[in-house]
Amino acid sequence: MSLHSVRSLLFGTIVSVLLSLTLYGCEKSASTDQKTSGDLAVRIGASAPLTGPQAHLGKDNENGTRMAIDDANAKGIVIGGRKVHFDLISEDDQADPKTATIVAQKLVDDKVNGVIGHLNSGTTIPAAKIYSDNGIPQISPSATAVAYTAQGFKTAFRVMANDAQQGRVLGEYAAKNLGAKRIAVIDDRTAYGQGLADEFIKSAEASGAQIVAHEYTNDKAMDFTAVLTAVKGKKPDLLFYGGMDAQGGPMAKQLKALALKLKFMTGDGGYTPEFIKLAGAAAEGAYASLPGVPLDKMPGGKAFADRFVAKYGPIQLYAPYCYDAVNVMIAAMQKAGSADPAKYLPALADITYDGVTAKIQFDEKGDLKGGAITMYQVQHGKWQPLETLGVAKTAAH
Amino acid sequence: MEIFLQQIINGLVQGSVYALVALGYTMVYGILGLINFAHGEVVMIGAMLALSSLTALLGWGVTPLLALPLSISLAMLGCMVLGYSIERIAYRPLRHAPRLAPLITAIGVSIVLQNLAMMIWGRSYHSFPQLIANNPHNIGGAIINNIQIIIFVLALAFMAGLMVVVNRTRLGRAMRAVAENQHAAQLMGVDINRVISITFMIGSALAAIAGVMVSANYGLAHYYMGFILGLKAFTAAVLGGIGNLRGAMLGGLLLGLIESLGAGYIGDLTGGFFGSNYQDVFAFFVLIAVLVLRPSGLLGERLAERA
Repeated sequence: MSLHSVRSLLFGTIVSVLLSLTLYGCEKSASTDQKTSGDLAVRIGASAPLTGPQAHLGKDNENGTRMAIDDANAKGIVIGGRKVHFDLISEDDQADPKTATIVAQKLVDDKVNGVIGHLNSGTTIPAAKIYSDNGIPQISPSATAVAYTAQGFKTAFRVMANDAQQGRVLGEYAAKNLGAKRIAVIDDRTAYGQGLADEFIKSAEASGAQIVAHEYTNDKAMDFTAVLTAVKGKKPDLLFYGGMDAQGGPMAKQLKALALKLKFMTGDGGYTPEFIKLAGAAAEGAYASLPGVPLDKMPGGKAFADRFVAKYGPIQLYAPYCYDAVNVMIAAMQKAGSADPAKYLPALADITYDGVTAKIQFDEKGDLKGGAITMYQVQHGKWQPLETLGVAKTAAH
Repeated sequence: MEIFLQQIINGLVQGSVYALVALGYTMVYGILGLINFAHGEVVMIGAMLALSSLTALLGWGVTPLLALPLSISLAMLGCMVLGYSIERIAYRPLRHAPRLAPLITAIGVSIVLQNLAMMIWGRSYHSFPQLIANNPHNIGGAIINNIQIIIFVLALAFMAGLMVVVNRTRLGRAMRAVAENQHAAQLMGVDINRVISITFMIGSALAAIAGVMVSANYGLAHYYMGFILGLKAFTAAVLGGIGNLRGAMLGGLLLGLIESLGAGYIGDLTGGFFGSNYQDVFAFFVLIAVLVLRPSGLLGERLAERA
C-alpha cells in the first residue's frame, strides 16, 4: 500500500462521513403540477420526506394534500369573485431539519400562498421561522412537538394535538389504566420522539410509575437488540417508544425475539398499518395513541377514507389531517375573500371548520383547541380503538 | 451475566453480517484500490430480489423449504450480474483516471441504485416472510433463535469458502497477483479484466447473502437499508485493515461487538452522561481512531513493507 492509497482511503472516509451527514437520499423529487388558465392561480406548498425511511408517510401526506386540492379544483372554488385554480408544489425535506429550511426557502421563492407541512416536528420547527419571516401561513398536519407553536410565530398552526396533550394521556393510560409500575422508555432523539417521551415520562411519574430505563436509538436504525437487552436487565413491565413506525415495528418484533414479556406502547408515529406489517405477530397487543377520534366516527370521515383508499390505497397515517389542513386554509381564504397571505391569515386564526378528523379551531398559539386523544390496540392484526380520552369536543356532532 | 451474554450474541450476529459485507469492500479495494461505495446498495438489491422471487415462488405454490434456497440463489445471480455491470459500466472506463473520479462515480452509482430501487419496489417497507420456525433457544439465560444461528454459521462458512478460493485455487492466485501488481500480472498472462470482473461478482454474491440475512433477521426490506449497513461494513473493513480478507472478518465481528456492548453499557458506565444514542457514533469513532492511530488497520500490512 503506497502513501497514495492511504490518502485516497482518508478521502474515502471523509466522503463517507459527509455522506452519512448530508446526503441521506440525495434525490429530490419535486412534483409540480401547474395548469395555466384564466383563473386566479393559488399555490399551495407542501413538504414531507418523500425519500428515506419515512418516505411512505411523506407520500401519504402528499396524497392527502393532493386529494384536497383536486377536490377544490373540481368544485370550482370562488375567492373574492374570481374562480380559483389551486396548484400543489410538493417538496422533499428528507425528514432532515437542514434540508427543511432549504425547502422552506424554495417554497417562499416560489411565492406559495400557504404551506401544508412539514411532517416531522424536527423539520417543522426550523422551517416555521422562514415562513413567519415571509408572512406565509403554515399548517402542519402532523408536527406534535410543543416547541413548534411555542416559538410565537403568528403564521404557525397545526391540526393535531401536541405532545403535551398526547404525552399526558399516554403516561396516565400506562400507569393508571394498564397498571404499569416499572416503565422503560426508548426514544429516537428527534424533536418528536424526544418531546413525546419527555412528556410521557413526566405524566407517568406523576401517576405513580417508576421510569427504570431511558435508552435511545435514531430514526434510521434497524437493529435494537443492544438497547432492548439493556432494557431487559432493568426488568420493566411496560416499554414506551417515542418515534415512528419504521423503528417501532421492528422494535416490537425484536422484543419478542429476545423473550421480553412486557406491554409495548407508542405514540401516533406508530399508529400505522406499516407498524403491524413490520412487527408481524409481535404487533398483537401493542398500544398506540392518535389525536382526534376514530375516522369512522367522524361525519364525512368514512366517505373520505373510502375515496382515499380507492384512489391511493390504504391510509398510512396523516393523510386525513393533510386533507383537513388544506380545506381549512381554503375556507379561510374564502372567508377573507382573498388568497393573499396577509389578508387571509387573520381569518385562519379564528376559523371554525368541520373537518374529517376534528372540528378545527385554533387557540392563540395556533394549536388545535380541545384535542381529543384516542388509544388504540392491535387486536387480530388490526388497530382497534379502545377509548377516547381528553376533551372530546369533536365527538359532539 | 445473562445480559452480558445476550449482548455478545447480539454483537456476533450483527458482526457476522458486517463481516460478509466488509469482504466485498476489502476485495475490491485490495485489487483496484477503489472504495466501492455502491456495495451497500448491492446488499439492498439482493434483499429485494430475494424478497420478490420468494413472494413469486410461494405464490406459485413452491414449498418454502425449496423456495428459500431458490430465491437466495436468484438473488445471488442477480447481484452477480449487477456487480459485473457496475464494474463494466461505471468503473472500468475510469480505471486509469485519477483516483477521485471512480470514487465519485461510486457515490453516483449508489444514489442511482437507491433511487432505482425506490422506483421499482416503492417507498414502503416490505415484510420478509418468516419461513424458518423462530423457536428461541435459551443459552444460560440469553436468547438466540434459529435465524440468528443460521446467519452466524452461514457467514462463517462463506468466509471460510472465500479463504479457500483465494488461497488455494488458480483463480485466487490470479486475484492475489492482480492485487500485488496489475502490470506484472498481465505480463505473466493473467487476464486482469476477467479477474476484476470475477472479484466484483464474488463480492456481490456475498452482499446478496448478507442482504437476505438482514432481511430475514429483522423481517423487513426497504430501499434505504443498504446505506448505513454499507458505511458500517466499510468501517469494519478499515478497522481490520482494508485489502486484507482476514481483517475484514475480524473487523466486522469486532465492530458488531463494540456496537452492542457500547450501546448496552455506556449509559450505566457514564452515569447517563452518554447514552445508547451514541450506538452509531461508535462505528465512526472507531473509524477515526483507527485512521489516526493505525491507518493500516488491525491486520493490515505495515506501509513500509510494500511501499
